[in-house]
Amino acid sequence: MSPDTQLKQPYQRLREVIEERKNLRNPLIEILRIAQEIFGYLPIEVQEFIAAEMNIPVSKIYGVVTFYNFFSMKPRGKYTLNICMGTACYVKGAPKLAQMISDVLDTPMGETTEDGRFTLSAVRCVGACSLAPVFVIGEDTFGRVETKDQVEKVLAQYK
Amino acid sequence: MQAITVKVGLASCGIAAGADNVYRRLESYLLESSKMVQLKRTGCIGMCFEEPIVEFDGGDLGRVTLGKVDPKDITRLLDEYLSGHLSETHLILADKHEAKHNDLMGAQTRIVLKNCGVIDPQSIDEYEQSGGYQALKQVLEMRPYTVIDIVRGSGLRGRGGAGFPTGLKWGFVFDQPGPKKYVICNADEGDPGAFMDRSVLEGDPHRIIEGMLIGAYAMGADEGYIYCRAEYPLAIKHLRIAIQAATERNYLGSNILGTDFSFTLHIKEGAGAFVCGEETALMHSIEGMRGMPTLRPPYPAESGLWGKPTNINNVETWANIPWIILNGPQAFRAIGTQQSPGTKVFALAGKVAGSGLIEVPMGITIRDIIYKVGGGIKDGKNFKAIQLGGPSGGCIPAELLDTTVDYDSINATGAIMGSGGMVVMDEDTCMVDVAKYFLHFTQSESCGKCTYCRIGTRRMLEILERISSGKGEIEDIDRLQKLAENINHGSLCGLGQSAPNPVLTTLRYFRHEYEAHIVDKKCPTQVCVDLLTFSIDETKCKGCHVCALRCPVKCITGKRKQPHVIDPAVCIKCGSCFNSCRFDAVVKA
Repeated sequence: MSPDTQLKQPYQRLREVIEERKNLRNPLIEILRIAQEIFGYLPIEVQEFIAAEMNIPVSKIYGVVTFYNFFSMKPRGKYTLNICMGTACYVKGAPKLAQMISDVLDTPMGETTEDGRFTLSAVRCVGACSLAPVFVIGEDTFGRVETKDQVEKVLAQYK
Repeated sequence: MQAITVKVGLASCGIAAGADNVYRRLESYLLESSKMVQLKRTGCIGMCFEEPIVEFDGGDLGRVTLGKVDPKDITRLLDEYLSGHLSETHLILADKHEAKHNDLMGAQTRIVLKNCGVIDPQSIDEYEQSGGYQALKQVLEMRPYTVIDIVRGSGLRGRGGAGFPTGLKWGFVFDQPGPKKYVICNADEGDPGAFMDRSVLEGDPHRIIEGMLIGAYAMGADEGYIYCRAEYPLAIKHLRIAIQAATERNYLGSNILGTDFSFTLHIKEGAGAFVCGEETALMHSIEGMRGMPTLRPPYPAESGLWGKPTNINNVETWANIPWIILNGPQAFRAIGTQQSPGTKVFALAGKVAGSGLIEVPMGITIRDIIYKVGGGIKDGKNFKAIQLGGPSGGCIPAELLDTTVDYDSINATGAIMGSGGMVVMDEDTCMVDVAKYFLHFTQSESCGKCTYCRIGTRRMLEILERISSGKGEIEDIDRLQKLAENINHGSLCGLGQSAPNPVLTTLRYFRHEYEAHIVDKKCPTQVCVDLLTFSIDETKCKGCHVCALRCPVKCITGKRKQPHVIDPAVCIKCGSCFNSCRFDAVVKA
């Protein structure tokens, strides 16, 4: 396979996704969600592509992408590590936990680790308040983590 | 003999605490032994602080619930139960004898949470066996308006926070011309510190579907949406399973149970925007646009989703409906107070001993919730305040602990009932820091449409940051109050209008803390780092040099075996010295 076709492939998939959903009543957010799954993030080129395929202004797409926390215009790590910043977590030391994780990974909040393994971000309440402070990797929730050793142990499970 | 059942609580909290491993251990144990035991999954029973939780039933000991169960111990505990001699170490609830949390459960009244932690949320059979879909069957034989009358008669008020009478709202939609109408379930539970809806969605999804079906029949809607936060993957999974099962049994779809009534239900996942909990914003988000609120009127009842008459209720409101139909409006009114009948579900969290999900009758005092249902404050500390209603709400101080829980009494304190987040704060919590936290939240979640909300909240946040870093002026308090008033008047939706509430209530009840930060440049609870100073008590310092080695900026000097000194100009207030000193010689003030 030439690099050229490799590059085309995700766009081909996206085109099919759009084609399938184009005539539904409210497909944009869902299409963006799938596009983010395919590309890992939503760079402006992808947004322009969707705009052209759906025949809507790219400004509208940009507006939606930047409105919702779920969408990202920056490449993300293999795993997203979300630290819960809900009230319960906050009063029980979420800022300290964030600092600890950030220290362990040597990466500031909001950024991706050099090896591309984790993207660190804060999330609104995940609703696991009784285990506060909590962080989430993918769909796994980790609560009552209080020491650096515990953090390191959890992170080691994600290769 | 009755069959022995074992239930494992597999809601998000349980799974996060390791309940999955307990379940798998039991599964393989039961496979290899030939014990006649039925293993089941269930949702959240509410005692999240005891997760993972396992329930045994059917043996001589009756129904018992065990908390903080380790996968290593579970098979031994099961064998003990089967032999009739269960050690008490993990016992939290028991039907036949004393157990440590029997009282906590006894103070609750469960309508919405009736099935949570009892039935398997993935099984429509179990929902039906618990009386599920009976209310729908009864309703389908009534005239639609009779249903609305029942709901109106019950006095049920919207559980999303504002407390608008549900029956009245349904009546508005009923009065609109058809044929196309929508019902929506607002499951965009965005308040930080609130997880009521998540637990109901995960633990009893059919109850919400049945509630929506009853509403749709009454109002003449044939299509509905559940708008659920994407942060709740397990809730979405259980909803999908429930919708499929309900469709297979013709509770959903065309000509439901042989009648003319048809109803289709969709799930719409949110994409992470707090403002989408506001009804007009939520509808725009379903329409695939930016979730920005629009001016009301027209209200959704007149012109909602795609311009059609639409009724939006939150999860808990819908979940109350089947019970009201089955038991009648009078039975509902018999619980709670005159103006606020029924129960309320709260997510109790923060510095309380028994954090978890509770359902209490309206009219109970906050004191009883914290001390009787919640088991008091953690680690024997003193209660300082309780935060209700998330970023739109406020803090209620100790002197108002006897406030009763109903819409009007809570509003009178300056807080709001909200959707049910209840975060307990103790003596170690700084109220300026709490206000700053909420402002930070609303400021970053403001959609930007209204100038006062977009810029005003930012200015308020800047003032709070100034205060907590020791640069505040006494005039800042007036500035905060003025801005709060303007933001309240100048914003279109509830997010903006209520954004200043956390600041206003903390100013009202904890003004002295603001003044301590501004005038004395001190944080009484030592939370605001910029206001801390670290020094070394010469009489206690042994000159062991440990703190100096730990200090990341090397600002501690001194010869061995002689008192050391911290250079305050260089100190970054990280607290390493304080934590490492074995002689309590480092003074934090």
